[in-house]
Amino acid sequence: MTTATHDHDHAHHGPAKGITRWLYTTNHKDIGTMYLWFSFAMFLLGGTFAMVIRAELFQPGLQLVQPEFFNQMTTMHGLIMVFGAVMPAFVGLANWMIPMMIGAPDMALPRMNNLSFWILPFAFAMLASTLFMEGGAPNFGWTFYAPLSTTYAPPSVTFFIFAVHIMGASSIMGAINIVATILNMRAPGMTLMRMPLFVWTWLITAYLLIAVMPVLAGVVTMMLMDIHFGTAFFNAAGGGSPVLFQHVFWFFGHPEVYIMILPAFGIVSAIIPAFARKQLFGYSSMVYATASIAFLSFIVWAHHMFTVGIPFLGEAFFMWATMLIAVPTGVKVFNWVTTMFRGSMTFETPMLFAVCFVVLFTIGGFSGLMLAVAPADFQYHDTYFVVAHFHYVLVPGAVFSIMAAVYYWLPKWSGKMYNETLGKVHFWLSFVGVNVLFFPQHFLGLAGMPRRIPDYALQFADFNMISSIGGFLFGASQLLFLYIVVHTIVAGKPAKAKPWDGAEGLEWSVPSPAPYHTFETPPDIDKAPQLDRKEP
Amino acid sequence: MSSSANHEHYYVPAQSRLPVWMAFAMFLTVFGLGSMFNDMSAGRESSNAQWFFIAGFGVLAVVLYNWFSQVIRENHAGLNSQQLKQSYVWGMGWFIFSEVMFFAAFFGALFYVRNLVGPWIGGEGAKGVTNYLYPGFEFSWPLMNNPDNELFRAPEAIIHAFGLPLLNTIILVVSSVTLTIAHHALRAENRKQLNIWLGITIVLGLAFLFFQAEEYIEAYSHLGLTLESGIYGSTFFMLTGFHGAHVTIGTFMLIVQFLRSLRGHFKPDDHFGFEASAWYWHFVDVVWLCLFVFVYWI
Ligand code: HEM
Ligand SMILES: [Cu+2]
Repeated sequence: MTTATHDHDHAHHGPAKGITRWLYTTNHKDIGTMYLWFSFAMFLLGGTFAMVIRAELFQPGLQLVQPEFFNQMTTMHGLIMVFGAVMPAFVGLANWMIPMMIGAPDMALPRMNNLSFWILPFAFAMLASTLFMEGGAPNFGWTFYAPLSTTYAPPSVTFFIFAVHIMGASSIMGAINIVATILNMRAPGMTLMRMPLFVWTWLITAYLLIAVMPVLAGVVTMMLMDIHFGTAFFNAAGGGSPVLFQHVFWFFGHPEVYIMILPAFGIVSAIIPAFARKQLFGYSSMVYATASIAFLSFIVWAHHMFTVGIPFLGEAFFMWATMLIAVPTGVKVFNWVTTMFRGSMTFETPMLFAVCFVVLFTIGGFSGLMLAVAPADFQYHDTYFVVAHFHYVLVPGAVFSIMAAVYYWLPKWSGKMYNETLGKVHFWLSFVGVNVLFFPQHFLGLAGMPRRIPDYALQFADFNMISSIGGFLFGASQLLFLYIVVHTIVAGKPAKAKPWDGAEGLEWSVPSPAPYHTFETPPDIDKAPQLDRKEP
Repeated sequence: MSSSANHEHYYVPAQSRLPVWMAFAMFLTVFGLGSMFNDMSAGRESSNAQWFFIAGFGVLAVVLYNWFSQVIRENHAGLNSQQLKQSYVWGMGWFIFSEVMFFAAFFGALFYVRNLVGPWIGGEGAKGVTNYLYPGFEFSWPLMNNPDNELFRAPEAIIHAFGLPLLNTIILVVSSVTLTIAHHALRAENRKQLNIWLGITIVLGLAFLFFQAEEYIEAYSHLGLTLESGIYGSTFFMLTGFHGAHVTIGTFMLIVQFLRSLRGHFKPDDHFGFEASAWYWHFVDVVWLCLFVFVYWI
């Protein structure tokens, strides 16, 4: 028995051959790779839907698609980008990097790790298949407000609900795995306050996930019951309320937006010091700021609901609580800027994306603050201003941080160096594209253009056309990204173990590409001096 | 294994077929279930949806059986270091926290409806104007009159706290005690006591489920209290129903531990399967106490 089971312990072998390597793997690097590729596939799919949206909005009037289909596009775009592209990308990065950053042999629960991943292709296949179902795909927006998503929903909503259920299970298991890994698998000497910030931000993100994904499961379950079993959760005729939907949804939804940005904070906090060749300024204040943001994210949800008719006291409370978030967020931005201050900076592609993150994310934060002013939000709500706000925090925020991470760690993953010139071209195209795409949407929103419509009044025509052109540019640039990554893997020049001279952390102490198994014996942290942070 | 190293070796399992099959099984199950619900609501007669569901559920059962057996075998083979065991502890603990949040969503809905929405539709409070939607509607809890009684037929009566629910409260609280006694017996290496008290706990769990079923039959056949009888019925059945489902799972977990105990599994210092089931049971117990107070009583 004992010997038989020992043979199963593959700790000393390399990867298996063929497709079963990926199907049956328990290796955090394999699983991280699958997450990242899956996320990229979803990014392209969701991006295609966005191209349809921008093409239709290129000019006023209805040219390409019917309004019904337009609504399906906006809905599927949002759902796929949030749940299929951004979240899995961060989980993929967590899988690859956290064990290496804390000196662990693998994730704490490797089989469950593989389960978390493999749920996703099934869930998204089911979600995407709704496009071909009778009545079409979900058409009620990524926020799926009742009664649009209950009484007036197409039958495919049932499959949407179950897809959310299983992808939620995937997220919860993934998050539990990350928490267990971080709390239990750190190499001796890797104290909590020595962990890289990426690990810290993910620990807090995982906590948020475990706390709010079940609430999302709860709200879609209520929908399911309202649709098929005659309950009255979201129906005032039976004593329920559609506003109840919004409360439960946004109790999940606001922490969810922080789930999509906290790991980005961690990435940027790794990259900026590396290329400024200085230690991160204010490490511990970064940790506390992240924790405060996470705490606050639970008590601000109704800032999405200022106009639905909540009592005055509620408006005031949620307004002030929301504005409080700007304080810890400001601490972070201050620390990044101060880290760069008088650093010996160079601007390789990861750094370009990271610096751009700091600037453009801050713009998104400021528009968030404007939206947080309840009386002003009566004007901005459900206009393109909101669209501009959340795209600034999500695209040049979350998505750029993911791209920065890919350029930064790709040498470690693949053992190859990407082409720096192409990387910079990709950055500049994306940078110009994203701003041409989203900046005019601020003006459109302030001028009163509502969101989620296929047609618009003539006075919005110019800015929409500019925005669409930016959109096509941004979309096309991402094909270049795909090319760069594939080209690196296939034909890149060999990378050094530590290609960035200012980089810190255990991941750079192993060869490039990182061996299939790292840290089977925990490293001696105290002998890795670059990890000792001294507060200035 | 760790002949040279003097640290404990963290067991990273080899490739496994189980996860991907489990993902597939989950997909089949929910796809079948979704199709069944859609057929039902569309009034379609024949479809093969239920076979997807049954197949999915079957695969799920087989996978879970094999998965847990394998984990137990690995533990018996001495592969699980102290550190790995700690991973299981964290895993179970955070899983239970996620369950707490799931129930929190439904309790939140109950409180919101009861304390805010209801009075507003009844014409009181900050948003009392909503009463114009349903003129003449007066709010009271339990909601014996819905805003629109044509669409949602209100219940004629409700389940009172101090009948079956009180009995069930006693049953569950006692079962938590008996389970703790069983746990002590396990630690004291008293196998016979362990089996007896664990057995009693399981019987109590089954008794709880029996009375809960009685209560549902009573509600449906005599009281007109159903899922369709407005928000009172919705919250009542969803909260007690999900709790009942958790008791079912908990009882099943305890039965598995009972069978394992008969086979001689568990050591005084190594019995996490038992411990995890016990935590789950106590969690279900606490949820019930909240249900008893907030759903049945006040
Ligand atoms: C300083 C921080 C932030 C503040 C004060 C803030 C505030 C707000 C407010 C008040 C709204 C509601 C606007 C309306 O619907 O009328 C909103 C919408 C939104 N925010 Fe933020 N936000 C902040 C940061 C973020 C971050 C970091 C993300 C994501 C990474 C994010 C993503 C979103 C999304 C997705 C929506 C729109 C949801 C929808 O209706 O579809 N926000 N934000
Ligand atoms: Cu928010």
